[in-house]
Amino acid sequence: MTYLPKPKFHHPDIETNSLGFSHRDYEGPISTLCAGCGHDSISGAIIKACFELAIEPHRVAKLSGIGCSSKTPTYFLGQSHGFNTVHGRMPSVLTGANMANRELLYLGVSGDGDSASIGFGQFAHAIRRGVNMVYIVENNGVYGLTKGQFSATSDKGSKSKKGVANTDSPIDLVAMALQLGATFVARSFSGDKGQLVPLIKAAIEHKGAAFIDCISPCVAFNNHDGSTKSFDYVRAHNAALNTLDFITGQAPITADYAPGTVEEVKLHDGSTIKLHKLAADHDVRDRGAAINALHRVQSRGEIATGLIFLDDEPDDLHANLNTVLRPLNRLNDADLVPGSAALDKINAGLR
Amino acid sequence: MPIQSVNDFVVRFANVNGSGSASANQLFARSIIRMGVPVTPRNIFPSNIQGLPTWYEVRVSEAGNLGARGGTDLLVAMNPQTWADDIAGIEPGGYIFYDSSRPIPKSQFRDDLTIIGVPLTEICNKRYTDARQRQLFKNIVYVGALAALLDIDFAEVEKLIDEQFKGKEKLIAPNHEALHMGRDYARANFACPIGLRVRRADNVGDRIFIEGNQAAGLGAVYGGASVCAWYPITPSTSLAEAFMAYCKRLRVDKETGQNKFAIVQAEDELASIGMVVGAGWNGARAFTATSGPGISLMQEFLGLAYFAEIPVVLFDVQRGGPSTGIPTRTQQSDVLTCAYASHGDTKHVLLFPEDPYEAFEFGALAFDLADRLQTPIFVMLDLDIGSNHRLCAPFKWDDTRQLDRGKVMTAQELEAGKEFGRYLDVDGDGIPYRTLPGTHAKRGAYFTRGTTKDRYARYSEEGPDYVDNMERLAKKFDTAKGLVPGPVARPASRQTDLGVIYYGSTSPAMSEAAAMLAGRGIHLDLLRVRGFPFSREVTDFIAAHERVFVVEQNKDGQLRTLLMVECGIDPAQLMPIVHYDGNPITARFIDRAIGEAVNQIKERAIP
Repeated sequence: MTYLPKPKFHHPDIETNSLGFSHRDYEGPISTLCAGCGHDSISGAIIKACFELAIEPHRVAKLSGIGCSSKTPTYFLGQSHGFNTVHGRMPSVLTGANMANRELLYLGVSGDGDSASIGFGQFAHAIRRGVNMVYIVENNGVYGLTKGQFSATSDKGSKSKKGVANTDSPIDLVAMALQLGATFVARSFSGDKGQLVPLIKAAIEHKGAAFIDCISPCVAFNNHDGSTKSFDYVRAHNAALNTLDFITGQAPITADYAPGTVEEVKLHDGSTIKLHKLAADHDVRDRGAAINALHRVQSRGEIATGLIFLDDEPDDLHANLNTVLRPLNRLNDADLVPGSAALDKINAGLR
Repeated sequence: MPIQSVNDFVVRFANVNGSGSASANQLFARSIIRMGVPVTPRNIFPSNIQGLPTWYEVRVSEAGNLGARGGTDLLVAMNPQTWADDIAGIEPGGYIFYDSSRPIPKSQFRDDLTIIGVPLTEICNKRYTDARQRQLFKNIVYVGALAALLDIDFAEVEKLIDEQFKGKEKLIAPNHEALHMGRDYARANFACPIGLRVRRADNVGDRIFIEGNQAAGLGAVYGGASVCAWYPITPSTSLAEAFMAYCKRLRVDKETGQNKFAIVQAEDELASIGMVVGAGWNGARAFTATSGPGISLMQEFLGLAYFAEIPVVLFDVQRGGPSTGIPTRTQQSDVLTCAYASHGDTKHVLLFPEDPYEAFEFGALAFDLADRLQTPIFVMLDLDIGSNHRLCAPFKWDDTRQLDRGKVMTAQELEAGKEFGRYLDVDGDGIPYRTLPGTHAKRGAYFTRGTTKDRYARYSEEGPDYVDNMERLAKKFDTAKGLVPGPVARPASRQTDLGVIYYGSTSPAMSEAAAMLAGRGIHLDLLRVRGFPFSREVTDFIAAHERVFVVEQNKDGQLRTLLMVECGIDPAQLMPIVHYDGNPITARFIDRAIGEAVNQIKERAIP
């Protein structure tokens, strides 16, 4: 029923956040993706994270490339400016947008085709530059809009819907992000909102390049036996290194912790990440160890999820460029134009 | 008979890359300018960094002809590798200046040349022990010798050295000494001056001497650009570097030391233009500088920027085709690829500066046009303008001028309930209002995409919505005709039915050629096109002439094609005069080509 507009009315007692916004204020039009698509769950998680953090929707810029995943920004945060760019090039557009106005929250949504193939270079360089952003890859291992070709994140040996095995080695975007210097690296699963929502919240509060690889099964082309990106396969092989709660300064701590080691990570803005360590030996602040953990889990045939690495004192592009705190798009003529006296001096030096 | 000429000759320096000759050669050129005589230098640099040939050609012209002339009157032969070709290029009765430390057999010269051998290496080896000093001062020694031979005022050369080493005073005396060694040797061994001579004049006026790329970079500062994303490519690199240097000088907050600009060297041209699109979308003035291959890589994004209507500025410093070699030579061969860049029905605004003055002017103006028209604006430089110093009018800035930010709807307007449709033509000029991300909590947000949308930026795959949008874009392009700089007409001194259209770096050679042709009785009305889309004045000019020569520096007559297609001109009315060997077009070439064409027209007219 995606052709029907969403009704505008809602329950009079609908829950609101500290801004007085309800969950509905963070939604967009009805999704046109296939029923049951993992991507819609991720959209839901983004909505929930933004609602719970009481983000002003219009202070978010959502950017995407091309593909099923890149269509999703239409379906959340309807009050945010969105930009559906070109295939694989969202990272550069996001970088430029961020250069122009450092004050907004930049949410880059991409897919595995978009980021691991055509846009692999842009993915890498945006991360290298430490652009302050939340970069989410909705990773389903196939090209959906063109009907089921393998993507570069497909595991070797994983079978297509027609039964053909993939012969190429996969690109692990999490390993890449770690190597490239991302200061927040996580992996999650669209079917596990309990893990995903706090990860998105923590990524939003992170003031650097935050990357989340979210396995998101394609119900149309990659949800069959023999696929390593199907719901069943991912559920059976999910090795969560930790689960977490993200607690802002104001919010009460209500979460119910299952037994396990709990580590509190205090962030500079006063918020806290409560980390439930499931793999006792995983230290999220050790980049080298994170890369090792990733390989160790992978060699067991499992998928490592959770917060994989965090640098809680990140650098960002603006710090590196030493730009003024006022967004560049708000600089006025007096800031920008040096005037005739300066020009006369320049002329004098050119004779 | 040796050539005799005062203030009108060409000196060609044949050097070895990396030998430090560039600053010495520039010293030579500037000292003549300081004597009030116009000079135009040109670098000819093959795609190498060290050890291979490079040339610096200096045209001295009291009459103020700034185009390349062709031919050499005095060769300064500092590179044995290119000796034979360099000698062959000297005009009959010309001069050769060379390092005579090692004897060169007479057969290696030409009988008609005046040979001036100065043992530069010997002089330097005697005076200096350090190898690098021997190399670098050799260049200054030859400047000293040339100054004596050409009667250049020594006080001017010395003053330039003093200015150059301001702050490094220790270097002044040794440079003066090297200069004197050259001068003294020349005076002791040759009758100074030779037949070529510089005589003080007053033809430079208040003009400045600057490279087009540097001027365009400064123009971007004055145009309010705050974001630059670029990828190194010859010959555009120095434009981004100039922007950076001027920003460091003019745009650093004095209190905090923080930058009112952001410059990123991107990983490739796709990312450069992507960042510029992102920044333009978000309301900062942004640009990239590139050359033909970069434009090719940016095609997809240019289409998106066109359809999504995002202000973008590109400086295209044109050169030859793919890979290396000819690419470090000059051409005007990106006209069509820029005019129609990308897929779908796209058309772009082009500006054609003729020199550094206009590179600055148009460099600044491009940002106003981009914001006003919400579309990519191309500033079409080329290597000849971009990478060479040129005398031009001093830059001007009117302090009452304000940056034109175009139609950006504010939070107050949205709050007051002003209707917002991102692609709605409210003023009848085809230009819609835009909002910047983050403007208003409840109103004005929209989703930016390529073509699939209606007037309110809602997703629509309906044919009529698409056509509606395309028709508005066509109207907008029509509006651009009145906003781009108009053509400059220079009528002939008498009535003629022959016209010439030209643009960009062809300008000085064309002016000189027109005078040469007029001297032979061929009178031409000139029209220098400065922008695309073409305004009414361009089509009127063509209509007013029986024949119009379109003079340009590419093989296919690209501007001619654009005139034919966009203005519906009969091809027979537009005669192509094209020059495309990688060297700048010369007045001699235009004079000959138009002369021959006019003869042919006459012959055909006689039954």
